[in-house]
Amino acid sequence: MAAIAAKDEQAAPSGRKGGPLPLLALPLGWMLVFYLIPLALLLVHAFWSVDYLTIDRTFTLENIKAVFTVAPYPAVLIRTLLMAAAVTLTDIAIAFPISWWLAKKVTSHRELLLMLVVFPLWSSYLVRAFAWKTILGTNGILNSFLQTTGITSEPISAFLYSKTGMYITFCHVWLPFMILPLYTILDRLPDTLLEASGDLGGNGWKTFLRVILPLSLPGLLAGSVSVFSLTMGDYITPSLIGGSPGTELIGGIVADQFGVANNWPLGAALILPILAIVIGLLLVANRFGALGRDER
Amino acid sequence: MAVAKTQPGGRTAADPPSIELRRVRKSFGDFTAVAGVDLTVGQGEFLTLLGPSGCGKTTTLRMIGGFELPSSGEVLIEGAQMGNLPPYRRPVNTVFQNYALFPHLSVGKNVAYGLEMSGVPRGDRERRVREALDLVRLPNVENRRPSELSGGQQQRVALARALVNHPSVLLLDEPLGALDLKLRKAMQLELKHLNREVGATFVYVTHDQEEALTMSDRIAVMNEGRILQLGAPEEIYERPRSRFVADFIGQTNFIECDVLGPDGRFVACRTAGGETIRAIPAVEAPAGGTITVAVRPEKVSLDAEAPGGLSANWNRLTGTLTEVIYLGTHTQLVVALPGEGQIVVHRQNRMLGETEPSTGQQLTVAFDPASATVLAE
Amino acid sequence: MNIANAIPEPMPAGPKGRKPVWLTVASIITFLFLYLPLVVVVLYSFSATKVNAWPIKGYTLDWYRELFQDEDIWDAVRFSTFIGIVAASIAVVLGTLTAYALDRYRFRGKPLIRFAIGMPIVLPGIVTGVALLAFFTGVLGLNLSRWTIIIGHATFCTVLIVNNVAARLSQLPRSLDEASADLGATPLTTFRRITFPLIRPAIVAGAILAFTLSFDEIVVTFFLTGREKTLPLLIWGRLRRGISPEINAAATVIILVSLVLVLASYWFTRKSETN
Ligand SMILES: Nc1ncnc2c1ncn2[C@@H]1O[C@H](COP(=O)(O)OP(=O)(O)OP(=O)(O)O)[C@@H](O)[C@H]1O
Ligand SMILES: [Mg+2]
Repeated sequence: MAAIAAKDEQAAPSGRKGGPLPLLALPLGWMLVFYLIPLALLLVHAFWSVDYLTIDRTFTLENIKAVFTVAPYPAVLIRTLLMAAAVTLTDIAIAFPISWWLAKKVTSHRELLLMLVVFPLWSSYLVRAFAWKTILGTNGILNSFLQTTGITSEPISAFLYSKTGMYITFCHVWLPFMILPLYTILDRLPDTLLEASGDLGGNGWKTFLRVILPLSLPGLLAGSVSVFSLTMGDYITPSLIGGSPGTELIGGIVADQFGVANNWPLGAALILPILAIVIGLLLVANRFGALGRDER
Repeated sequence: MAVAKTQPGGRTAADPPSIELRRVRKSFGDFTAVAGVDLTVGQGEFLTLLGPSGCGKTTTLRMIGGFELPSSGEVLIEGAQMGNLPPYRRPVNTVFQNYALFPHLSVGKNVAYGLEMSGVPRGDRERRVREALDLVRLPNVENRRPSELSGGQQQRVALARALVNHPSVLLLDEPLGALDLKLRKAMQLELKHLNREVGATFVYVTHDQEEALTMSDRIAVMNEGRILQLGAPEEIYERPRSRFVADFIGQTNFIECDVLGPDGRFVACRTAGGETIRAIPAVEAPAGGTITVAVRPEKVSLDAEAPGGLSANWNRLTGTLTEVIYLGTHTQLVVALPGEGQIVVHRQNRMLGETEPSTGQQLTVAFDPASATVLAE
Repeated sequence: MNIANAIPEPMPAGPKGRKPVWLTVASIITFLFLYLPLVVVVLYSFSATKVNAWPIKGYTLDWYRELFQDEDIWDAVRFSTFIGIVAASIAVVLGTLTAYALDRYRFRGKPLIRFAIGMPIVLPGIVTGVALLAFFTGVLGLNLSRWTIIIGHATFCTVLIVNNVAARLSQLPRSLDEASADLGATPLTTFRRITFPLIRPAIVAGAILAFTLSFDEIVVTFFLTGREKTLPLLIWGRLRRGISPEINAAATVIILVSLVLVLASYWFTRKSETN
């Protein structure tokens, strides 16, 4: 605990010496060694290549080129982007009513309801993803339900091992990530503002489009970045729920390169577009104050 | 520099001053909060820093306590240079504006905290905590949490917590700000008594002029990071030296006036209405210049009611009565003077059924030249 | 943003407007959507048949019996608990130091530090996973072990502690520290006697969340694990061989444990706020 000594300056009034560096040395050192440097080195891998089982450290752009030209990578990339976009938009649509309801309409047991929304976030992601496998499978709950109730006669195989299945699962597992920031920002919207808009003759939809939507943009963006980024990088759901040809997402392919395929440079190159897109979204979100914390 | 007339606590003149500030300045970035303050506070004195919000009172106090370090200048306590000594090494204790009681400790533990830090043995500690709580008239709350006390009680705990250490200097930053009027008045007197009883030097910050007048041995009126005037309450009230001080403390009439020349211990001048008045020249008033004369409304009477023989050579001004406002203890009359100005008169309501003059009528008012002061600027 | 926000504090409920029915209905459906899979898992963990079909034919506790006799599961639980405790402890130290520095000092680059600390949770987990994998095995030439998992977990858990503790610190008036110094306490004593007791519930709440996150994590863990398996990895491995009701039982236990932990964390947060 080298940093303890640093606390000697904690109540440092302006004018007395001592800064935060001794306190921050340990955490920043950790982040540097165990996150930022590994991340940078990973990106460097993208410019290397594999020679049988060893890594050839001569500079090459082959991997990067492969990502955009060699089948199936471009298609997978586009499929992943579309999936992430669809999931994000769906979660926005699902999250808005319940966030609004929680923030503005619920009068009793609000904390409890909020807890209920947050809890799935903390319950195992794997458990929730695999629950969908149980539900969507060919002999699964949904199919046997549809058959016993006579809605269908044959089991529908399109649920599992399909893009539909992945889409449903993604929408479910990431939903709390959208509700939470949205609720937080809606909760802070003063009711008077909405009343004011109503007084000025704005009807429900106009109020929504002109007042609520713009003001909740930071929350929406924060949630969207999370959902988009989580979908882009996931390989658990694709492998559990997807898995048939034509359903691969980029996360699964990256995981393969670092696993069975053992082609780290290609894996690193495939991560580049993911990173670029997520960081791009972060920058956009940041411009709209989505990441902004109260700075003092 | 004038030291308080009374020096309670039986100290002798040979003692060093309790606190000395020498050319103390403090800037935050390029903003100057305290712009060169010189101040000497005597042993056991009750000194108040008074001024409008943002004038640098708290900053000055915090530099004495060691929570801020001066950008330049020196702070001495009991004759010793404070340099950049941290708060925990200064013989000073502070009562904070929001009390800053430790929420997770009982009242007893709060009060004992300072004694514990200075290594007072347990038995002594308990006795002194009890004594301190008795001193602030708050027995039997030792085991409660601060949150279980009323605002006034919390305030007393904060006082006890500071006093229990027998500091030679006690700093108080608007300690009564959060209390209601009645409690505040009671606490003002109590604080004054405590100051006499424990003999510690009190430096008290407030922006409430009435509070300052009630409690202080001396008042330092501050504005924009400077001390404008330092003196006993009567002196500050009766002989304000600047328009700011006169205006900030109590209500004042300002009369613009062209100087005619000295007249005994007074200076004579002519008002816009052509009347000649005299006033005490607290600042220089060269003939031919324009000065501002200040006089308190309660010092002005209606000529007809002025005390007979005494008022022979009083200043007299005639004008039109424009307003009569009944204010309980007194009635406020506003007389418009020829030219621009006006003069406000406070007329004590001594008897029921007195007939008030009616508005519109011509009225002559009178005041003693000794109660009129020439102001700087 | 992100789960780092833990549980937001609701504003006091003011007078609310009309409640449109569709809004309430939509919200209830959303709740059902959120909980349906969890309910399914819990329900089918008691199902007597091996196939998860509807309707449930009968009920049994066999799967739990099997589960509790399964030595591999117990090993995995112990292993995950160990990982969670160590990772959360490291995160507590890193996070508390960071939060304290961010709250008590003025300096440039605060947003940058917040961003850096939050990155592992904002960027997809797979990035953290493969970056550390490449770093440990490729660059440093180390073998994967429990320590590589712990380092990975501590890295993404730190932000939880930072946010929890920073929120609490920002509620504490600075004058408490000053009062303590004024009464003769050195800064170290002030931290020990005043600041730390006051932020302790927030640290505990954050630590519990960090433990929960670590206990449930799979995306990063997958790349960093050596021979020993965490509970999610064990389940993951078995899932690939097909769904068995025993896994439903294990999942139910995991859900319950998470629930208890989240409630505990919530309780500590409340406690720190009412102090
Ligand atoms: N830490 C700081 N950083 C920057 N400016 C400061 C700081 N502390 C005080 N100031 C500024 O210095 C000036 C004087 O502040 P100070 O707190 O001393 O005023 P005050 O006389 O106590 O006022 P009040 O009656 O409102 O408490 C103010 O303008 C304030 O904004
Ligand atoms: Mg102040």
